[in-house]
Amino acid sequence: MDLITPDLGLVFWTGLTFIILMFILTKFIWKPIMAAVNKREDNIQDALDMAKKTKAEMEKLQTQNANLLKEARIERDDMIKEAKETSDRMIDSAKGKAKEEADKIVENARVSIEAEKNAAVAELKNQVASISLEIAEKILREELSSDEKQKQLADRFAKDINLN
Amino acid sequence: MLNTAIKALVWTVVMLLSAPVFSSSPEEGEPVDVTEMIMHHIKDAHEWHILTYTDDNDGKQHVSIHLPIILIDNGLKVFSSKRLYHEESPIQITNAEGEKDHYYLNSELGYAVYHETIYKLNENGELDFDEAGHVISAKPYDFSITKHVFTLLFSSVLLIFLLKIAVKTYKRDGMHPPKGLARFIEPIVIFVRDDIARTNIGEAKYEKYMPYLLTAFFFIWINNMLGLVPIFPGGANLTGDISFTLSLAAITLLITVFSGNKHYWGHIFATPGVPFWLLPIMIPVEIVGIFAKPFALMVRLFANITAGHIIILSLTGIIFTFGSAAWAGLSIPMSLFLLILKLLVAFLQAFIFTMLSALFIGGAVAEEH
Repeated sequence: MDLITPDLGLVFWTGLTFIILMFILTKFIWKPIMAAVNKREDNIQDALDMAKKTKAEMEKLQTQNANLLKEARIERDDMIKEAKETSDRMIDSAKGKAKEEADKIVENARVSIEAEKNAAVAELKNQVASISLEIAEKILREELSSDEKQKQLADRFAKDINLN
Repeated sequence: MLNTAIKALVWTVVMLLSAPVFSSSPEEGEPVDVTEMIMHHIKDAHEWHILTYTDDNDGKQHVSIHLPIILIDNGLKVFSSKRLYHEESPIQITNAEGEKDHYYLNSELGYAVYHETIYKLNENGELDFDEAGHVISAKPYDFSITKHVFTLLFSSVLLIFLLKIAVKTYKRDGMHPPKGLARFIEPIVIFVRDDIARTNIGEAKYEKYMPYLLTAFFFIWINNMLGLVPIFPGGANLTGDISFTLSLAAITLLITVFSGNKHYWGHIFATPGVPFWLLPIMIPVEIVGIFAKPFALMVRLFANITAGHIIILSLTGIIFTFGSAAWAGLSIPMSLFLLILKLLVAFLQAFIFTMLSALFIGGAVAEEH
């Protein structure tokens, strides 16, 4: 029967010892252990979060890089296209100018040739006229060298006049 | 490594099996009272009996540690238990069933001890018995450092010492994985936190109860383990002492009652969904419930540990009951098996006590769903 009868002394000592033990253990054991465990768990959690964040950032950066690359490529293509257009335009305009210049030269040449020709023709005409006069003079001199011949001529003229 | 361990185990078994054969004495001694031996082992005592041997003159010699006796009886009285047990020869009596019994006394101090209870002597210097054989003498308040109180203090110091070693590794590096003893302690601390406190009390409030749960767990466990050590300073049946389990259960009760929120008391005094005319029945039932839960805690730990001690001692007792060392062949392997089982039970009972305490506290602090 006394096996299941609580004993005042032991109840007192157990209560006292347990409460003192609880305070000592809490202060010197549980708190440091729990603090260390929590700190470590927090650190692990932080590290995991950081890894996740870094991964997300990496992905973002990669997408950004890809976008940048794509933009750069588009820009490069644009630049090439523009440059080609510019060069084409330059070639075209150069061609046009050259043709114009050539035309102008040809025209000038033609004009001066024409002028030269006209001058030459005029010169020739003058020459021809003077030569004709000389010839006419010579012929006249010949025709009118004798009285007879003068008479014949006068007759021809007279005939002509009759015809009119 | 494992091979060595297995070899060591086999040799231990062989040695244990052969030991009783070598030590058995051929002459017939007086029969051993096994029940008396068992009860003596599982109960508290004012002196710590370590061994008895037979000296050259065939007299029995007892080797005991004399623990201090502290009484409150018109002031504080402190003396060694040696004065009570060994100064005067014991008084032989015959109890109601006609069996021989005895009590120790010290007339100078005026106290006697009968079945480990201290009584005051009457004017004639003896104890008074009633017809049924019960002592009716007055009792002083007994606050002695008994075998169980000694174990209580010893285990507390041991626990502080061991945990202090474990906690030292944390001070050096709070960031690194646990080292040494902490590697063993920390998983248990985390187990208590995650699987006992968090699960049963809830994320929001568990932290406040961690010191109690951790201390209760480790204290019960170390004492269960010390109880399995067969020699001094182990072997006391502290966790199988009803006074010890009563105290711990009372602390759980107090924590539960003082943590109880509106919802908890509401459930007891105005159980939801119960018609008002049933309340006169419900309220007493609920109040009994408050005490029944820690009562179950108290009885469970007491009964489990005491039963374990009784079984192991009974198995050893078989040898003496039948008076033949050959029975050791049966009883030693079985006690060995039970001792290993008790190693598991030591942990399990500490876990169950803590777990149920957390469950009761959790019930008291739970919010309305």
